[in-house]
Amino acid sequence: MIVVVGAGPAGIAAALRAQECGARVTVIDDNPNPGGQIWRGDDENSWVARFRSSGIPLLSSTRVVAVDVEARSLLVETDGVSGRLSWKKLVLATGSRELFLPFPGWTLPGVFGVGGLQALAKTGLPVAGKRIVLGGTGPLLLAVGAYLRQHGADVKLIAEQANIQSLAGFAPELLRHPRKVLQGASLQWAIAGTPYRTGCWIDSAEGVNKLERVTVRSGRDIWTEDCDYAGVAWGLTPNTELLESLGPEPEDVYVAGSGEVDLSFVEGEIAGLNAAGYPERTVLLAPKLEKARGFAAALATTFALRDELRHLAKPDTIVCRCEDVTYGELRKFTSFRAAKLQTRCGMGPCQGRICGPANEFLFGWETGTVRPPVFPAKIATLFSDAPLPADTTGQPDTKEITS
Amino acid sequence: MTRISINGHQVSVPPGTMLASALLGSGAFRFRNSVSGEPRAPLCGMGVCFECRVTVDGHPHARSCQVPVREGMEVNT
Ligand SMILES: Cc1cc2nc3c(=O)[nH]c(=O)nc-3n(C[C@H](O)[C@H](O)[C@H](O)COP(=O)(O)OP(=O)(O)OC[C@H]3O[C@@H](n4cnc5c(N)ncnc54)[C@H](O)[C@@H]3O)c2cc1C
Ligand code: FES
Repeated sequence: MIVVVGAGPAGIAAALRAQECGARVTVIDDNPNPGGQIWRGDDENSWVARFRSSGIPLLSSTRVVAVDVEARSLLVETDGVSGRLSWKKLVLATGSRELFLPFPGWTLPGVFGVGGLQALAKTGLPVAGKRIVLGGTGPLLLAVGAYLRQHGADVKLIAEQANIQSLAGFAPELLRHPRKVLQGASLQWAIAGTPYRTGCWIDSAEGVNKLERVTVRSGRDIWTEDCDYAGVAWGLTPNTELLESLGPEPEDVYVAGSGEVDLSFVEGEIAGLNAAGYPERTVLLAPKLEKARGFAAALATTFALRDELRHLAKPDTIVCRCEDVTYGELRKFTSFRAAKLQTRCGMGPCQGRICGPANEFLFGWETGTVRPPVFPAKIATLFSDAPLPADTTGQPDTKEITS
Repeated sequence: MTRISINGHQVSVPPGTMLASALLGSGAFRFRNSVSGEPRAPLCGMGVCFECRVTVDGHPHARSCQVPVREGMEVNT
């Protein structure tokens, strides 16, 4: 039995390839619908449709909170039920989340990750007439800018930190990917009329108890933009918590995805074939892998974060939002471990998911120190070997999920 | 429309709205107080940052960006 964690492009590709080889596969994802960050809830996407009609079981709204490598089992939790699921081969396709860099005022209500702002808008946050500034880097800024405009927002500025020279350097790579050029062209159409400044970034956010304006910088020019919401995008950071909890070189565990969509997909295909025991079939995917890697590498170079961004945080800027630990406090330490012990940085409910990557960027610290459970789990889940009677404790029913 | 109560005030939102979106839409900006007393509101919109925690039907620490609204839900920020 192959268990795939994550039903994004990588997980879907892994599951379909493994099934093609005749393997038994189950997929787990903590969202209600398959598709991952990019295709979520998009039933028109042909891969999501293929996955749905494949007959591969999907445990949706189910999250993996720990992996036991010795026992080859996963501790999973879903609404009201939790238990263990055993695997012979495990594919981790857990994707990525947004990276956040601290700057003065980033804790003000009204400052979001651009992906987060889009997710909120898609789930009922009215944006019509709202004045919005987007800042950071990468194609996601344009995609979300276009989405917000289509829904009536007044997108006042899109500030791209990369400079025009590096964007121009990206053009030849785009030409090798005609489908992406089309995507890019339609995005440009959708944001026509919105100022898009390169070599430009949000320096700080200001307001009393909520966002009122941002200060923007481009070269020597500094100005403010009044706004209701700001969306920031500094790139993505992979969800490596489960993998890190496994220790070095775990057997029969395959990892795929977390990057740009085409690369995630082909990595998923490869992981699926390997897990199903057909590594020789991956040879055919080599050209596809190389092409996807080329594009992903060009993206990474074009939208590399500039050094100035390391200096946005001031001594009183909060870095760890769970425990309110400031840049000034953290800068006294030489490692994340030391900072954690002395300041509780990274020890709040997000378990360092937000401040960990920020600390890596600011100080060059290694921060991968997540311990199971990788998500705050219900107590019942942690003791799921010893089922609690639901009627007497009022706790969720706990049972063994057999596969 | 789905009716929910936000700090005692009745609000109607389209069914399927996520609680965080409903709260922001209704003008709520202080979802929780940080350990030093600052107002905080959603950041990530995808269940990672824990900034959107509110009390739902008496249960504290619900991540409102992951909770769809339900008829009669009582929310306190
Ligand atoms: C906000 C946002 C917007 C993006 N937009 C684009 C875009 O426009 N174009 C582009 O090319 N790329 C985009 N990306 C990058 C995107 O991550 C990839 O293109 C693509 O989604 C990667 O596929 P994946 O399968 O590797 O990961 P994902 O699509 O992220 O899928 C991983 C899945 O695993 C699940 N998961 C993670 N951990 C667990 C766990 N412990 N238990 C259970 N389930 C778990 C997640 O819920 C998720 O559904 C975006 C990323 C983000 C965060
Ligand atoms: S907004 Fe980040 S967890 Fe809800």
